[in-house]
Amino acid sequence: MHDDDRSGAVPFKEAPLRKDGTEKVRGTARYIADVRYPGMLYGATLRTRLPGGTVVSIDFDENIAWDEYVVVTAKDIPGVNAVKMIEQDQPVLVEAQYRHAGEPVMLVAHRDPQALGTALAAIRIEERACDEGPVFTIEEALRPMTRQIVAGNVYRDYCMEKGSVARALGEPCHVFEGEYQTGAQEHLYIEPQGMIARVEEGVLTVEGSLQCPYYVHAALVSMTGLSADQVRVLQCATGGAFGGKEEYPSHIACHAALLSLKAGGRPVALIYQRAEDMAVTPKRHPSRTRVRLGADGNGRLRFIDIDFVIDGGAYLTLSPVVLSRGMIHAAGPYRCDHVRVRGRAVATSHPPFGAFRGFGAPQSIFALETAMDGLARTLGMPPEVLRARNVLVPGDLSPAGQGIEGPLDMHRVMEEALEASQYHAKVARCRQWNAQGQASRRGMGIATFYHGAGFTGNGELALRSRAGLRVSAGGLVEILTSTTEMGQGMQTTLSEIVAEALQIPYEGVCVARPDTRDVPNSGPTVASRTCMVVGRILAQAAYKLIARLRAGAALPSAYDYDEFCAACARLHASGDVATVMADYQHPVDSQWDESTFQGSPYRSFAWACYVAEVEVDTTTGEARVLDFTAVQEVGRVVHPTVAAGQIEGGVVQGIGYALFEEVHFGTDGQMANNRVTNYIIPTSADVPPIRVLFQESRAGAGPGGAAGIGELPMDGPAPAIINAINAALGTEIRHVPAMPEHILAAMDRGHL
Amino acid sequence: MTVSCRFTVNGSPVYGHFAPMRRLLDVVRAECGLTATKEGCGEGECGSCAVLLDGALVNSCLVPIAEVDGREVTTLEGLRTDDPLFAAFAASGGTQCGICTPGMIMAARALLNDCPHPDLSEIRRALSGNLCRCTGYTGIYAAIRAAAGQGGE
Repeated sequence: MHDDDRSGAVPFKEAPLRKDGTEKVRGTARYIADVRYPGMLYGATLRTRLPGGTVVSIDFDENIAWDEYVVVTAKDIPGVNAVKMIEQDQPVLVEAQYRHAGEPVMLVAHRDPQALGTALAAIRIEERACDEGPVFTIEEALRPMTRQIVAGNVYRDYCMEKGSVARALGEPCHVFEGEYQTGAQEHLYIEPQGMIARVEEGVLTVEGSLQCPYYVHAALVSMTGLSADQVRVLQCATGGAFGGKEEYPSHIACHAALLSLKAGGRPVALIYQRAEDMAVTPKRHPSRTRVRLGADGNGRLRFIDIDFVIDGGAYLTLSPVVLSRGMIHAAGPYRCDHVRVRGRAVATSHPPFGAFRGFGAPQSIFALETAMDGLARTLGMPPEVLRARNVLVPGDLSPAGQGIEGPLDMHRVMEEALEASQYHAKVARCRQWNAQGQASRRGMGIATFYHGAGFTGNGELALRSRAGLRVSAGGLVEILTSTTEMGQGMQTTLSEIVAEALQIPYEGVCVARPDTRDVPNSGPTVASRTCMVVGRILAQAAYKLIARLRAGAALPSAYDYDEFCAACARLHASGDVATVMADYQHPVDSQWDESTFQGSPYRSFAWACYVAEVEVDTTTGEARVLDFTAVQEVGRVVHPTVAAGQIEGGVVQGIGYALFEEVHFGTDGQMANNRVTNYIIPTSADVPPIRVLFQESRAGAGPGGAAGIGELPMDGPAPAIINAINAALGTEIRHVPAMPEHILAAMDRGHL
Repeated sequence: MTVSCRFTVNGSPVYGHFAPMRRLLDVVRAECGLTATKEGCGEGECGSCAVLLDGALVNSCLVPIAEVDGREVTTLEGLRTDDPLFAAFAASGGTQCGICTPGMIMAARALLNDCPHPDLSEIRRALSGNLCRCTGYTGIYAAIRAAAGQGGE
């Protein structure tokens, strides 16, 4: 076996071809920048420059023929001037007061992009700064007597408690404490964001790069005051998203719509350049986590006490739910009677932070898993032994009080990870290497974690998702869902699920374009919910379709595809409805208390143990991942190549989060290194061999026992890598990204 | 000011007057209507706009059209339709969101033209100017090895 070969337990063959594979390799998939309409105008956005203040006036240079241009300000908004989200606090366009640099004030459009550039330079927005200085860090936000962006600068202050940490603190045990920090992370999807709006047959029609068509639809309805059927949203091929196209497409859609409405319905394209995209769109929340762990002499956890704070930026956006997910994952997959997690989302003068794969969990899991290594050192116990003593097994209660059910076996996940990575042999080899006094040090690091699939608690109930199937007279089954393909392989996975449920070939199933006029609202494409939640609804729809074909079109009880197609032809000929819909069914036994964070937060989890082998150059401080092993229990692998691709890609984003990806903020609070030149993501030269192995308990709540896997691989790499660096150097690095200068400074502190 | 340029794109002659600093990327996409070539960063870092210029891999966002006069441009649309890279990228997890894929395939084609049976380190080096945010590159390596194994020229 070559060390670069994929070596998963699942053989990489016999898997059907990706549904979107051919159009993507041939370059015929149409992304928003590939869409043109006759007479289309190009739009641009003028923004605030100060980190909070008031727009005093807008001046237009008289030498420009302004009547050639479409110009939009907040006065042109027909409905509510707020982007519809959890709270309606963020304006579509600034009227006067604003909270951060980069807020949109004005929109301009012209048929010639060059003329547009000239006009933008001829508009002057005069701004007055706030009296009090901006707030850029969690510490500054919580300090008294600072600018109050919201009361106390705290959006949410939650507490999750099981047992009594206060009581456990009174009993003798070994205690480890640490404070951990994670930086912002930029999605850097390779396709920048963009939308085209136009009025077609009296309907405001907006298409573009997006994850959640019905979020955009709701935002447009609220902002325009139009009725739901006067607004239509379509997804184009979407060039990566990772959470970054969950919220912000609503903003761009509103802006493009305003320009088009003012231009009498002409098509207007609003497509961001890379620098604008990186400066203004949301990033992963920076975090600060204080962890206190208590254990007995055998390493059994007595208490877990965590204070988790995330920087929400200048508007609330999705921070409450990011906070909640981060808190629920903060105490890890461990058995412990006394757990307390306090969580706060604070307001700062940065552009709002938002959804990014993992959604708060990578931050809190980084803190806990790095602290677990600290506790292991305090106890003089190998880190893998400490984890094995504490991982949840069937019959245990999770930190949220959820009963763990079999046949999950986290010990088997750990054993396979240690074996596949040759962990014990490599720990010994690293020790030998480091004893030789070379110019580098090597170390092994481990992380154990889980990630819940679907919306938290009763969230799926509130979504009331619906999905359907439409069958043609020729027997082609079309999936009707607002779930979007953004590279994760949703078309392929859902097609396989439907083909399996209908017992027809995969080639007989396809996915309709997400178009709010044609597909029902099956919820947003987020939260590792597509396979488990939407897949299950579609399997139900498939059973309904079979029942209808049997009742109305004489489908035999046992049938082949020809008989299925013949029944579809009969169904059409009879004039019966060829579309079936199914709705989400919430399990009756699922309880979740949002005030105490106790109950069953997620129906299924994916469980994992990741192992990193790292080498650090002691002269330059550069850390390099030599080898990576990712073992996960995912319920069921629906499509091996798609599933492996999710893990491999997520691991590499996690490597970037750990070692390369540093967002620098300028004095205005915006990203200062907003270029691909100076925000560094992993290239092919930076990526180690990644060994991906799946275990399948078939115990997930999705079709055939599948859980969700999209976010899981983002959680483990950062702690595994930092643990490996600390093992190599004897350091106590407690933040990511760990840049070379940080590693050198930590080595100086450790007198290596 | 404009300059007149005569060149070929995928074997077809192109002649026109262009602003000399107009990017090859824009000419290919807007004038030739060949939209497989993508813009990811506009500064030569991501490789999504990679094309072959006289057979050499270049980022078309960094090539002023005046430099293309008298030369041959090959975009993804100009590859042989039976190029084994197409099937291999689709089957081996070489494409996810697809936006980097045309540039990746061009980089892979440039590699295989020079080196029909590359080892992993040669593949990694050849792709190091092309960013992919989805796959972690593993599926792309697998695709190129599969295509090379089929005797990709």
